[in-house]
Amino acid sequence: MTTSATTRPVRNGEAVPLQAIPQLNIAELRATVLQAVAAGGRIVALFAHRGDSDAVRLVAILTEDASGTLAVCSAEVGDSYAAISQECPQAAWFEREIAEQSGVHPNGHPWLKPIRFHAPWCKGDGGGTIGVTDFFTVRGAEVHEVAVGPVHAGIIEPGHFRFQCHGERVLHLEISLGYQHRGVERALVGGPGKRTIHYMETLAGDTSIGHATAYCGAVEALAGCRVAPRAQQLRGIALELERLANHTGDLGALAGDIGYLPTAAYCGRLRGDFLNMTALVCGSRFGRGLVRPGGVGFDVDTNRRATLLKSLDGAFADVSSAVNLLWETPSVPARFEQTGVVSRADCAALGLVGPAARACGIDRDVRREFPFGIFRFAQIPVSTWHSGDVFARAYVRWLEIQRSVAFVREQLSALHEGTTRVDVGPLAANALVVSLVEGWRGEICHVGLTNDRGCFSHYKVVDPSFHNWMGLAIALRDQQVSDFPLCNKSFNLSYCGHDL
Amino acid sequence: MIRAPLASLCLPLVLAPLLLGVINRTKAIVAGRKGQPLLQAYFDLWKLLQKGAVYSRSTTWVFYTGPAIGLAALLVATAIMPFGGAAAAVAFPGDLILLAYLLGLARFLTVVAALDTASSFEGMGASREVTFSALAEPALLLALAALALQTGSLSLSTIYTRIGVGSWGATAPALALVAGALLLVFLTENARIPVDDPTTHLELTMIHEVMVLDHSGPDLAFIQYAGALKLWLLGSLIVGLVVPLRSTTAWIDVAAATAGMFALATLTGLIESSMARWRLLRVPQLLVGAGLMSALALVLMLR
Repeated sequence: MTTSATTRPVRNGEAVPLQAIPQLNIAELRATVLQAVAAGGRIVALFAHRGDSDAVRLVAILTEDASGTLAVCSAEVGDSYAAISQECPQAAWFEREIAEQSGVHPNGHPWLKPIRFHAPWCKGDGGGTIGVTDFFTVRGAEVHEVAVGPVHAGIIEPGHFRFQCHGERVLHLEISLGYQHRGVERALVGGPGKRTIHYMETLAGDTSIGHATAYCGAVEALAGCRVAPRAQQLRGIALELERLANHTGDLGALAGDIGYLPTAAYCGRLRGDFLNMTALVCGSRFGRGLVRPGGVGFDVDTNRRATLLKSLDGAFADVSSAVNLLWETPSVPARFEQTGVVSRADCAALGLVGPAARACGIDRDVRREFPFGIFRFAQIPVSTWHSGDVFARAYVRWLEIQRSVAFVREQLSALHEGTTRVDVGPLAANALVVSLVEGWRGEICHVGLTNDRGCFSHYKVVDPSFHNWMGLAIALRDQQVSDFPLCNKSFNLSYCGHDL
Repeated sequence: MIRAPLASLCLPLVLAPLLLGVINRTKAIVAGRKGQPLLQAYFDLWKLLQKGAVYSRSTTWVFYTGPAIGLAALLVATAIMPFGGAAAAVAFPGDLILLAYLLGLARFLTVVAALDTASSFEGMGASREVTFSALAEPALLLALAALALQTGSLSLSTIYTRIGVGSWGATAPALALVAGALLLVFLTENARIPVDDPTTHLELTMIHEVMVLDHSGPDLAFIQYAGALKLWLLGSLIVGLVVPLRSTTAWIDVAAATAGMFALATLTGLIESSMARWRLLRVPQLLVGAGLMSALALVLMLR
């Protein structure tokens, strides 16, 4: 790898001074990104930062394959530049975001259109009309278009899906989001303040712990604060409980989508059991108030620890019997297998993350590649499956459930003594930090840049959904349109985490 | 014999929605839930009848008349269907063909009403419904032909009066094949798992439900009641075959057949609780299988 001259290596949760970041010209940055991706790396984040001067800088955070470090570089850019996504598909959504947020035009972008429909690109009061844009269309006899959403039949978030179908076969699916855009990143500038942690916990309501942990990792790195081991353990336990609750709920919902009653009915309840365990720790089923800069807001006493261990064993026994029904009932694998296949090559090209990537056989997990917090000391084996279909995405979840339960049990039985929260001092001025966390949906990336007063001049959030929505669109190619709900559920991506 | 047609006509009209209650209750118990009231289907019908209907500006008379004519077709079908050894209110040679065509008429009207809305969802549902019924219809007709051959009659009432325990002694394999084929037709035509999922809210996966999404109020009540009658009628084709009690006391036969209907509803609930829905691509295989079973039964009868 020869990118070291043009990039600054940075560890997960390490603050680096802004002047240490190589300032390239845009052609060099483009070449660096392409080279890193060609060498097996991946774009973790790519965004436009408008500093104190009016100039726009592109900042790229890249992974270097298997080296355990990230690479960061930046370049000043004018009104336009040659789009990276011409040669690197995984940059496509990042560059659409750059164009929308900063007005810099990526020339030759294959499909440049807004992703959140806000000003200044989309003019008008509060941006343009969401979803009103060009869609890729297919013409021909017997080709028809199906539009689904943004209002859906179930109680889910709003998103618009445009299918180009030939009979029941899907030729192309285009996903248009932006309905949940709240302007969180803009609101975080100038922070951290009293509201910041609450924004983090509601970036995606089902990933409160994940996003709060990523944020705390960023703040603690900038402040040079060392978090007590007991607090790290409790964060890890909460993160895995969040994973358990969501994976269990997803498996139940997958069963529901194929009309398989037993697992659907039981997993719905069992998800609640895991949420209640989080509630036992901090009083909130979704872990609000638990993860706080400097540690955790709540400690676990001996009685609660015993109760948690007991409920964990009970819930796991029930989940095992409910989920194993999925693999043992022939009609279920018949429905899951070969549905919504994403090839390993497509997965690598799109830079998918989380269970969706591991279901394509790609060994990718922040907990192992860029360990943070307690995962530096206690590793969880990475769960992969090779087939890339709905079955693989379901089965990877089941493997992760088993490993998370073992992890939580181990950590609960060996909690360090000591404090759970320390004070966080002022943040370093003129620094950049990258904080990665493996949430239940995949890699959560928070990038914080501070100004000369130690306040955020830019705060970038990349939810795993941002990487993975394109994966869903690709999974539907040449599939039956009636399989869309099942494929969608197997990814279970966040709309508000994407729209921010 | 004034009581006999009364039983075959009134029982379906009164009890058909209860079958849905039994199916739902079975599913709820298997899933560990209490479930909705057994009479929920009646409550829904009563509620819908009291509401007004909402019509889209893009629909025409085709959309308004579909549910009414669909229900009328099912009511006529009820009149020619015998039950529990009791003859139907109306019986004549060839009424078994009329039955298939009345079901076809009801389906045709549902489909054109769905197409009339010009919604892409309803169009997809209509296309699926027609594809699958084109395969289910031969299975039904061949099964009825096998029964007609076995009993030497072309009238449903005579066929189902003549089928008794003795018929099973003579041609058990063929009758079992017919019953199996009819069960698959029953599950398909009534939009049950493994062909369709009556409880899903996902328009893209639906077959029957998606075609009636735009109907509301009394129109929807008609559709739901007609659906319950269809469930009863196709079910009584199976029960008349599998519970062939033909004693001298008419009410015992009718009671046994009624019990058989609820046993069939329970079986449907158990099927829905124990397997996943099939991929749409595979459903034709199931229906072709049903057709082959009927054809084989016919061959066995001819032998």
